[in-house]
Amino acid sequence: MIELDDIHKAFNQGQPNEYWALSGIDLTLAAHEATVFSGPSGSGKTTLLTLLGCLARPTRGRVRLRDEDVSGLPERFLTEIRRRTFGFVFQQFNLVRGLSALDNVMLPAYPLGLPYGQLREKAENQLASLDLGHRREARVEWLSGGEQQRVAIARALINDPEVIIADEPTANLDTALSRQFLDILTRLIDEGRTVLLTSHDPLVVESSVVDRVVRLRDGRLVDSAA
Amino acid sequence: MRLWIARQRYLIDFTLASLARRKTKNIGLVLVFALLVFALASVTLLTSALRQEAARVLAQSPEVLLQRMVAGRHDLIPPGYIERIGRIRGVQQVEGRLWGYYYDAVVKANYTFQVAADDPPPAGRIVVGPGLARFRGVQAGNVLSFRSYSGKLFTFTVDAVLPAESELVSADLVLLNEADFRAFFDYPAGHFTDIALSVANPQEVRTVATKLAAALPDSRPILRDEVLRTYQSIFDWREGIALALLSAAILAFAILAWDKASGLSAEEKREIGILKAIGWETGDVIRMKLWEGMLVSLGAFLLGYLAAYVHVFHFSAALFAPVLKGWAVLYPSFTLVPAIDGLQVAPLLFFTVFPYAVAVLVPIWRAAITDPDAVMRG
Repeated sequence: MIELDDIHKAFNQGQPNEYWALSGIDLTLAAHEATVFSGPSGSGKTTLLTLLGCLARPTRGRVRLRDEDVSGLPERFLTEIRRRTFGFVFQQFNLVRGLSALDNVMLPAYPLGLPYGQLREKAENQLASLDLGHRREARVEWLSGGEQQRVAIARALINDPEVIIADEPTANLDTALSRQFLDILTRLIDEGRTVLLTSHDPLVVESSVVDRVVRLRDGRLVDSAA
Repeated sequence: MRLWIARQRYLIDFTLASLARRKTKNIGLVLVFALLVFALASVTLLTSALRQEAARVLAQSPEVLLQRMVAGRHDLIPPGYIERIGRIRGVQQVEGRLWGYYYDAVVKANYTFQVAADDPPPAGRIVVGPGLARFRGVQAGNVLSFRSYSGKLFTFTVDAVLPAESELVSADLVLLNEADFRAFFDYPAGHFTDIALSVANPQEVRTVATKLAAALPDSRPILRDEVLRTYQSIFDWREGIALALLSAAILAFAILAWDKASGLSAEEKREIGILKAIGWETGDVIRMKLWEGMLVSLGAFLLGYLAAYVHVFHFSAALFAPVLKGWAVLYPSFTLVPAIDGLQVAPLLFFTVFPYAVAVLVPIWRAAITDPDAVMRG
């Protein structure tokens, strides 16, 4: 589904503090699988995830989504792809403070201009399916870490994306909540979605839900076996 | 179209929620903004209404006034002048006027004493302007005493008080008959203060003035249009003074607005990153912020303008009247006729709303066109 061809990513290119976060990554990711990118801090996991999710463009190399080269597309088209294809769950959840859980979930769908009743119902269903129906009117800053993550997952699912991208999803959760997250992950895979995660949490990396672990170190692939 | 409207509704919805989340900051900004619009709009509304009022009142005055000059100073019109003017073609009516100033030490104010042309009050009686009546606390039937410049005390009975509608030019007026006037000021018989002329054909006013200047070289003809223009420039000048005084406030607000609008807080930058990451286009973010700028500036403008309207037309511009209205020493109090001049509203709207909206856009544009991957890094 997604192919990476000789991907390089540099930060501060041409400056004295130039830094190559990724070098020569070749990778093919299949649809309907859960793939975990693992590696120590600074290995390039998150940078790789931003390229896969069309949040940034590679400095060199090609990213192909369903055989279409997306690495050179203008921002406007990347936004459209992001909105239709990807749902993001960030490490810090990145919810908009001051808004209710329901409003946060509906936010990615605003630019689509769906009728309000329809959108609200969809968002309520997402929250209910994640056992958060009773907290829908609560402001997100009043929610616990686990609840905030579930709101972030509901938000990632509101536009019904094919691919869910999660950066260190269990980094801020205890074991019980991490297991709960893995249950949600199983459900997403069962629904036919593709899941891409970064994690160095053994609970995630060694989970039976995960189809493939891709290991990185110093911006290069170490092991990408299935 | 329906999709576009639905998207705008969502954007406005989110914008309102954003504004509500930063309630204190935004309310403060709207209040300061509205205060500025209030001050500027009060000055322009008041001066515009005053100009109209002056034009309305002066429409009744004679087309030409003739004053005699001695050594460049206004002097009395000697006997014989009126007869000489009567022979100039185009002059319909000539009338010698008698008026003068009197300083009232009781209320420390200057009054204008004038002989009433039509229906003068009987001997020993006067008609007074509403400002004077208010300050001296008199009404029809009361008695007023003035000590003349020669030291003699004169006592008059107030016959009537002039209507408030004409207060702009009659606040300090005392109308009396010719004999009382001449006795009070020791005015020489046959002399007049100036001469009022009415000219039947408005096209001939300038010709008559030229003829007057030629026939009576020691005199100065003053046209009504010139008087009107003088009043207009007095109000323009006063408006300018008030606006100059307000310029410090305008500058302070401009700095505040620029600072608020041109800088983005870390929280706002983070939010823009989140919105872009979850699928908002750069255009959506910019439109949302544009709505925010418009709602703040337009809301503040309407609030300020409405407050200014109420202040000027319902509370007689209590805050600015002493600077802008001032007539002699007795400040006229009269209700202005409500009038809004589109040509005055438009620049005010443009110079307050437009720069703010632009100042909001610049930093948003810069933040919104950057890659949203920064949000991934917390």
